[in-house]
Amino acid sequence: MSSQRTLIHGLILGAFCLGFGTLLVMTNGFTKDDIALRAVEDRQNSLRQVIPDSIHDNNLATDTLVLKGDQGNEVVAYLATREGKVTGVAFETSGSGYSGAIKVMLGVDLEGKILGARVLSHKETPGLGDKIEVKKGDWILRFTGLSIGNPPFEKWKVKKDGGQFDQFAGATITPRAVVKAIREGLQFFDANKTKLMEFKSDKAQTTDTEAGKATAKEATK
Amino acid sequence: MTTIAEYRTIAREGLWTNNGVLSMMLGLCPAMAMTNSATNGLGMGLATAAVMTASTLLVSLFRNHFSQEVRIPVFVLIIASMVTVVDMCMNAWMHELYKVLGLFIPLIVVNCLPFARIEMFASKKPVLPSLADGFFVGVGFALALTTIGAVREITGSGTLFADASLLLGPAFKFLEMRVLPADTGILMMILPPGAFLATGLLLVAKRMIDERSSKAAQASVAHCAP
Repeated sequence: MSSQRTLIHGLILGAFCLGFGTLLVMTNGFTKDDIALRAVEDRQNSLRQVIPDSIHDNNLATDTLVLKGDQGNEVVAYLATREGKVTGVAFETSGSGYSGAIKVMLGVDLEGKILGARVLSHKETPGLGDKIEVKKGDWILRFTGLSIGNPPFEKWKVKKDGGQFDQFAGATITPRAVVKAIREGLQFFDANKTKLMEFKSDKAQTTDTEAGKATAKEATK
Repeated sequence: MTTIAEYRTIAREGLWTNNGVLSMMLGLCPAMAMTNSATNGLGMGLATAAVMTASTLLVSLFRNHFSQEVRIPVFVLIIASMVTVVDMCMNAWMHELYKVLGLFIPLIVVNCLPFARIEMFASKKPVLPSLADGFFVGVGFALALTTIGAVREITGSGTLFADASLLLGPAFKFLEMRVLPADTGILMMILPPGAFLATGLLLVAKRMIDERSSKAAQASVAHCAP
């Protein structure tokens, strides 16, 4: 009697699991494509902020190259090309802030000049450290146009450390981390510059992207 | 049959007398963690209300099909499925809001409030009253979260409903306002301690209002007595 009852309970629970499992599979099916689309849009939006539309005619989010970072980590570089030639590159660099990593998307042109920098994510104190976000202040915009050499390498620090970048009242660690992340990002670009150029020039010949086709058509006309 | 008066009682209990946060003191984790602005509180509250309405409906529909012994796993299963469905739908179609709340949506699973209403109400009552109970308790929860968020946002950042247009659409841009001049807020109020302070103050306020109205009721009864 009692073992039979246990069996019934098990069956009831099993039936519910089956039913709701099916529901989840269906919802996943309905939302999967939209979710993937949103992830691509997010990436394109952050890339658009650091690479101006005028310098490229390809899809940044799909023309990528995976490089080895300083700590053996993988860095995805998004390449901007115009008529098959590399005009710039965007990649993620990160620094360690007051509470956790600060991720910065950095766009750099061929001379190593910054096209744009944006903080992608951080966990800094609201009201103090969050002025690094472009929504909360224009601090991050000051990096545009700078490169190593302008200012000189020793000046790539916050003012408190003898550099030329402003810190915020009540928050030095956060801007220090961002400045360091950007400086390291520029050094990383210098170290990988030739690889980035080479890669793209071979990809341009074998490419089958929409942008590639469009350029080919233009050329035949 | 449930009468209109009974529905009115359900609504009053859910929204005020038995408010999830301010009376039952359930679901305090999201109520404090997610309320550093009124908009975040509202978003989290609405997501919870959606999960509660859907799960009380389902539990009530199936209430004669599961035995007492397995009811708890079935409740957990239903709530968890509803949370996952809400999570996926928000990621696909309310992406801006999802970026803000996404991390916290799975927390609804461990919110005691849906569970409490299902165990106390939906598993015993017919579909329509259960649906009403889930809806009103959920809305009561959303109102409490929005209020806590508003108190913290005004005192902490000096704004009210900042970024509400991201949550509700551009039509709600008019909700966004600046109450105090920029940089005058008390930073602590939008940090975790502010959540405890704001929730405590609102609890005091609710107790005071309740006490005053019950005194008034007693006085009128005493007055009318022969």
